[in-house]
Formats: sequence, structure tokens, C-alpha cells
Amino acid sequence: MARAVTTQHKAIATAAAWIVAFLIFFPILYTIITSFKSEQEAIQGFSMIPSGTLESYREVQSQYNYFKPFMNSVILSVGSTILALFIAVPAAWSMAFSPTRRTKDVLMWMLSTKMMPAVAVLFPIYLIFRNFGLLDSRIGLTVMLMLINLPIVVWMLYTYFREIPGEILEAARMDGATLWGEIVYVLTPMAVPGIASTMLLNIILAWNEAFWTIRLTTTNAAPLTAFISSFSSPQGLFWAKLSAASTLAIAPILIMGWFSQRQLVRGLTFGAVK
Amino acid sequence: MATRQTSTLARFMMAPAVLLLFIWMIVPLAMTLWFSFQQYNPLNPIRDGFIGLANYKLFFSNPAFFAAIQHTLTIVVVVLLITIIGGILLALLLDQPMWGQGFVRILVISPFFVMPPVAALVWKNMIMHPGYGVLADMARGLGLQPIDWFAQYPLFSIILIVAWQWLPFATLILLTSLQSLDIEQKEAAEMDGAGFLSRFWHLTLPHLSRAITVVVLIQTIFLLAVYAEILVTTNGGPGYASTNLPFLVYQKALLEYKIGQASAGGIIAVILANIVAFFAMRAVGKNLDK
Repeated sequence: MARAVTTQHKAIATAAAWIVAFLIFFPILYTIITSFKSEQEAIQGFSMIPSGTLESYREVQSQYNYFKPFMNSVILSVGSTILALFIAVPAAWSMAFSPTRRTKDVLMWMLSTKMMPAVAVLFPIYLIFRNFGLLDSRIGLTVMLMLINLPIVVWMLYTYFREIPGEILEAARMDGATLWGEIVYVLTPMAVPGIASTMLLNIILAWNEAFWTIRLTTTNAAPLTAFISSFSSPQGLFWAKLSAASTLAIAPILIMGWFSQRQLVRGLTFGAVK
Repeated sequence: MATRQTSTLARFMMAPAVLLLFIWMIVPLAMTLWFSFQQYNPLNPIRDGFIGLANYKLFFSNPAFFAAIQHTLTIVVVVLLITIIGGILLALLLDQPMWGQGFVRILVISPFFVMPPVAALVWKNMIMHPGYGVLADMARGLGLQPIDWFAQYPLFSIILIVAWQWLPFATLILLTSLQSLDIEQKEAAEMDGAGFLSRFWHLTLPHLSRAITVVVLIQTIFLLAVYAEILVTTNGGPGYASTNLPFLVYQKALLEYKIGQASAGGIIAVILANIVAFFAMRAVGKNLDK
């Protein structure tokens, strides 16, 4: 009897969860479906079955040179992440392994810089970028994205590094390892998973950043966020093309995101929820 | 462990990150503060100069200002309510034994990875468009008049999009926290004859409090700064019906070139964020000590 109740319970839970999940995912699903329709089909009313044409994908490339903003997104998100790691790894390292009384305050202060509203510094940044010739340049935006995500990168790395037991370091030191040897042969291998997750999450955040990437670029350095925003004032039929461009813009990050669910929770909650 | 040599080294290793963040925070902010006391118009520089608090007075007397503050807070509060309550319910559902749990999780978390301009344009054109959107198709199917969401309910439409983006985040965090609730504790409570509601109230909810705090903090940071969603859908309109503080500051600075007023608005945004941050950081700091 108890067994039957469990199965029934499971069936109801499954049905409810699948319906809710479908509803939440529906806008994405429908965008993917529409991307395989022709423009005529796209406006002919609701239909979940596309003709399967690749016309829209060809057009976003031939009409708008889609590859360029796509590559800009790749360069900006990966570049800013690597740059942030170079600066954040030593910082997080020292905070985790030789903490002082002020370490926690420094960490909280770093987090608080994240709270500064971007608009509050929009014009000064715009002015600085203009005067240094950085408007619409990939270098300027890479630095910008690095700065915005630096606090999160430091925090994430710190929570990972802190879990590496200090005794291992002491043992290595007993065996006569130098500081350099300690870092290269003992700590680094243990830190690689944490660094990799940090990297993954940060690429996602940088890829989706949609304030500075839109405001500080025009054409040359514009990543996908800026490119897609240009569809907000469309000319003519564009439903299928918008869908194709959107599908291509979210696909890589969606797939990366699916693989990084656990790390995402950890990273975005600063290790408070695991 | 920390000899003098290693602690000097530690400070040296920390310096680049701290210095960069310090400069990045202090220089532009100081400039904004300075501009907020200036008349400054790049297009018409004749009357440029120090004008004291006039920018703040102008900004406060602008009817759009109070609307913008109100909209900013409405977005934060309503989206938080939807995502926390919805997130708890969804997490409870997803925590049940079921077939295909991993796949369901993937579907539910997906909207979080969609970049804001795509999320907003997809909702605007594919779902809520009065002519070609799915909701319009449904309305016509039922013999009703399709609704022009962004013209009639602009703020609600934006809240809907933003909530769709953040509900997955809240769900994922709350679900993770829920799964760490000791199964033995749950079973013991069940044995004691505690009903579902009483178990939820006395056991589950206290256990989730830390996760809820974190969700509130993180989301508040991002919700105070909603921008792209407004830019690509309503552009703040009709009138100022969906303008929030970031959007108003952007309009003043880059569309109207009223740098002084925009800077005053920026300083107000900083103060607002600080008030919110003060409470949020205290809560998180307390929670992280545990």
C-alpha cells in the first residue's frame, strides 16, 4: 500500500514539475522553434512545428555580419576573465593562507564595490573612455568587465582556497619545499577545480553583462548584447531573424550554464550555500 | 604560520586587486560628485560653472524623479516577492522524488543564462506582442481582444520579464539549500506526526533563512540596476511610466546632456544603494560568520 502511494505521489510530482518546467522554458523553446521558420511562417500565428529552414541563420550572417559581435563576445568574456584571474588569484591566495584581522573587512569592502550603481559613474567613465580613445575598443571594455567582476572572482576563489587544508602546506614545508615549490607543486593542483569553476561562472557573467557593453560600444567592439539590442527598433519582418540571432547568442552560455549549476550556486552565494 | 616575510608577501599579492578596485571606485565617484555641483553641458558650455545644490533641486523638482524612485523600488520589491515565494514553492516541488529530475532542473534554470536584451526582446516580440505574440494568439483563440502589454501595463511587463530571469536563480539556490536539510531530521519530524505545514514552518523555513538572505542580497544588487530590459522594450515610456532611476540618469546624461543633473541623480542612486546595502551586508556578514 505504502509503495503504491509513493508511486502515485511520484507521478503527480513528475507531472506538476514537467508542466511548470515547460512553462518556464517555453519562451526559449519557442524562440528556438521560430528560428527555424521563414519570416512568413513566423507571423502566421502560433505553431510549434517549423518548416526547418535555415534561411534566418544565413540572413543574420549575410545581412548583419553576425560573426563579428559573436567573436567580440568571446574575446571580451574570456579576455576579461583571464585578466581578472591574474589579479584575483594572488589576492585570494594570500587572504586564504595568511589572513590578517582585516581580511574579512577587505572582502566585505570588495563586495560593497559591486553595489555601486553603474549609472552613478556612467558619465565619468564615458568621459575617461572618450579621452583615452577607448570608446568602442575591445581593450577598454575588457578592462571594464574585469573590474566589475573582480570582486566576485576574488570572493569565489577565496572560498575555494580556504578549503585547501593548511596542514598540507606545513607538511610540504617540512619536506623542504620552497614557497615557489609550494605554490607550483602543492597548491596549484589542488586549486585547479576551484579556478576552473570561477572561470566558467565569470565568463557567463561577462557574456551577459548588458550595461557597459551597450553604452561603451557602437560597432567595432560591440558584443552580442549590444548587437541584439539593436533589434529593438526593427525594420520590416524580423521575427525569425531575431529568433535566430537570439538562439545563437544564448546557446553557448546555456550549455555552459547547465554544466556549472553547482558552481553557480556556490560562486554567486560566496560559499554561503553549497 | 605567518612570519613577517610571508605577511609582507601576502600584502604584496593583495595590492593589485585592492588598488584597482579602490581607484575604480573612488575616481569616477569623485568625478560624479564634482559634476553634481556643476552646470556642465558639452553642447552649450557658455554657462558652465559651480552652481551649488541647484542640480539636486532641479532633480528633486522633476516629476519624473519621484516616479523613477517609486518604479525602482517597485521593481525590486515585487520581483523579490515573486522570486522568493515562487522559488520556495518550485524548490519544494523539485525536491520531491520524480522522473527526469535532472532534465527538469536544466529547463527551470535556463532563463538565468539568457542575456537581458535577448530575454526582453523575446518576451516583447514572441510572447507579448499585440499582433504576433503567443499571448495575442491565445486571446484571439478565446475570442478576446489581444492586450498591448507594453503600452497598457509597461511596468508590469518589465517586472514579468525580470522575474522570469531571476526566478530560476532563486529556485536553484533554495533547492540546493533544501537538499542539504538533513533527511533524518525530516523523517523524525514526520514520525512525530508533524503535518506538512508545521514541518515547513518550524523546520524547512528556518533552514532556508540563510539561502533566502543571500538571494535577497544578490538580487537586490542587480534589481536596483535594471537597465537593458527597459531600454529594448519600453524605452522608459509611455511618458515615464516605466522609467527607473538608472534609466532616468542615463536619459539625462547621454540623451539630454544634462550632466550636472544626471550626476546629482547618480549620487542619489548611490545613497539609495548604500541604504539597501547597509542592511543586506549586515545580514550576509552575520550569516557568513556561522
